[in-house]
Amino acid sequence: MSQVNYLNHDKSLKSWLFTLDHKRIGIMYLVAVSLSFLAGGILALLVRTELLGPGETIMSADAYNQSFTLHAVLMIFAFIIPAIPAVMGNFVLPIQLGAKDVAFPRLNLASFYIYLAGAAIALTALVVGRVDGGWTFYTPYSTSVGDGILFITAGVFVMGFSSILTGLNFIVTIHKMRAPGLTWNRLPLFIWSIYATSIVQVLATPVIGITMVLLFLERLLGIGIFDPALGGDPVLFQHFFWFYSHPAVYIMILPAFGIISDLMGTFSRQQVSGYKFVALSSVAIAFLGFLVWGHHMFVSGQSAVSSIIFSLITYLIGIPTGVKVINWVQTMYKGSVWLQTPMLYALMFLFTFSIGGFTGVMLGVLAVDVHLHDTYFVVAHFHYVMMGGNVIAALGGLHYWWPKMTGKMFNETLGRIAAVLVFIGFNVTFFPQFILGTRGMPRRYYDYLPEFTDLHVLSSLGSYILGVGLFLILGYLLHSLFRGKNAPANPWGALTLEWTHTTTPPDPHNFHETPIVTRGAYDYHLAPELFGGDGASGDGHGEEAEVSVPSGQATS
Amino acid sequence: MDLKPDERTMASTAEHPAHLQHHFVSSDQQFDAAKMGMWLFLITEILLFSGMFVAYTVYRVWHPEVFDGMAALLDWRLGGLNTLVLLASSFTVALGIHYAQVDNRKGLVTNLVLTFLFACIFLVVKYFEYSAKIEHGIVLGDGFAPHGVSHGVDYATYDVMFAQQFFSIYYVMTGIHGFHVLVGMGLFAWITVRAVKGHFTSAYYTPVELCGLYWHLVDIIWIFLFPLLYLI
Repeated sequence: MSQVNYLNHDKSLKSWLFTLDHKRIGIMYLVAVSLSFLAGGILALLVRTELLGPGETIMSADAYNQSFTLHAVLMIFAFIIPAIPAVMGNFVLPIQLGAKDVAFPRLNLASFYIYLAGAAIALTALVVGRVDGGWTFYTPYSTSVGDGILFITAGVFVMGFSSILTGLNFIVTIHKMRAPGLTWNRLPLFIWSIYATSIVQVLATPVIGITMVLLFLERLLGIGIFDPALGGDPVLFQHFFWFYSHPAVYIMILPAFGIISDLMGTFSRQQVSGYKFVALSSVAIAFLGFLVWGHHMFVSGQSAVSSIIFSLITYLIGIPTGVKVINWVQTMYKGSVWLQTPMLYALMFLFTFSIGGFTGVMLGVLAVDVHLHDTYFVVAHFHYVMMGGNVIAALGGLHYWWPKMTGKMFNETLGRIAAVLVFIGFNVTFFPQFILGTRGMPRRYYDYLPEFTDLHVLSSLGSYILGVGLFLILGYLLHSLFRGKNAPANPWGALTLEWTHTTTPPDPHNFHETPIVTRGAYDYHLAPELFGGDGASGDGHGEEAEVSVPSGQATS
Repeated sequence: MDLKPDERTMASTAEHPAHLQHHFVSSDQQFDAAKMGMWLFLITEILLFSGMFVAYTVYRVWHPEVFDGMAALLDWRLGGLNTLVLLASSFTVALGIHYAQVDNRKGLVTNLVLTFLFACIFLVVKYFEYSAKIEHGIVLGDGFAPHGVSHGVDYATYDVMFAQQFFSIYYVMTGIHGFHVLVGMGLFAWITVRAVKGHFTSAYYTPVELCGLYWHLVDIIWIFLFPLLYLI
């Protein structure tokens, strides 16, 4: 690391706190978001430990209710929503576009501090009053019990601003700051998915903003918007809440799709199959995501007609999602699949996310949902999508970009062991919950019938394996910072600009001169210099390296 | 600070003027990006208000008689006056942008000051409307208890079922709108100072343009609030 890079050109604390460099802001987000994940994860382990047996195990029912609520609020608002866009989007997106920075660097820094402020306000709730109604804040419970809700809603409102500003920044950056030659059809699919995500962030988040304002005023002053005694309607709150929170699950999952697309292309050494379909399916999901919020409310008393329509549109979302999964599998077909740690996460994602996706279609079926509503089946589905989707992909992306971010390689052997632990732990934790749910175990309950004990114990044991795997990752990543081997500029043989045109770690300005793009993000057939079959990069197709293709000229 | 402009942007030539930030290639790119960002922000503003418009619509359909009866307490003359004031201010800010484009600093400053003054008038009128109601117990939330008589209006007759909810919607919608007017005044104060200092020329007037866009949105939202709350 002798050359000047974004990490070593100025090491003072002030240069970090006031930085306008998207890479440093991304790193600061990484630290903040990881702390939220750690706190939320510890709460999850406490919840699972409590559920080791019926009745009280380690904590009171009251503490249990607060634990799962805080687990959810932290994981959703302070971890998953910002995780991939704000960390990897910030770090990678401008470089993949060939830009020196995002369009509005000061706004970018502001969004980080707004995020911190929001998280701090939300955590104040811990001290001043209890919040135990779950992350959905349904009225009238939320407007009648506990004062902590005031802080949580204010915190969510403030964090929403951060999310909006990040999304806005990315949309403008993608539209206005692409390098010469980087057409929409040459964009890395990560960019496409962040683009779709940003649209949802910009369009949906203001609605949760106003909902939180109204909820806050309802709790504080009693304005009657959600209170039937004053002419209001608690179901309207559910509509408002899900109008944001359903699109918000696409804020959580779309960036994960983008990472998986990048990983599939890079580690299969092939053009991602059906590139345009994969790209546009992200936009389709973003669009359809706005029209299905009512599938959270099948038993809320909304009209049967709207339930049927919401159910049908919910099925439709399965189509673009299926397009993606099929194309990812197809990308590996006849490719040179290289099973490094990031690719293991991509494969894991195919498995866990598909289970999450299919059970989502099951829950979209009206009659089935009435039976499964508010059971562990929903909990398991949600975690297969969020953890098996977002978190697994985020781990894949983190391993993929770690060498670029830090300039260090992590220990590959430990990486693979941890990946296997995470995979086993995750499935052992959540698969039994599908069975529990179909047998009638309600979600969020503190106590349960003795016949559910075995599956609950299994689930808790799985969560400990998962915990060990995640702490192992934390351990070897931190270790690599101090003892890791220096990373080459392009350890994975990827074709996107952050690997081909920047040093590792990148220069403070990313590029010495603006790159000129002459091929798509996964056009390996146009990149003989990388498809070199040197044995080290694992592609094993030495003879293809001999076929020299003039750049810019498409061949079969 | 690590935002070190490279040598090319340090030289304040015609090709790389001082206002051009280091990560943009040209002034046009910077201007287009800023404007697009502002439009996106305005979309978020519309969605913020849309939640309240939905609540208004739902409850108007549910309790039409309450909404009809309560709207009578809102003075359409004051609301109309404010509508005219805001329309005038939208005109002056547009004129200000025009003067910025033709390098007329005096015209720019004059119109920005006028816009600021119109915003003040709007809030003063709003203050009188609010205080007349609060004085008679028409407040936001649980303290709602209309009482007293003034200017021939018997406020106690407005103490009907669900009246509190109508006035909640009124206060929240106009209150959040009023907050946007206040923010707009801050913005105009800031760009007026910059205009006086001569920061804006026909080559660079992005902040004026952006504040203008914002102000038109504030105006448009009022154009919807006024008939919905005062007239129908």
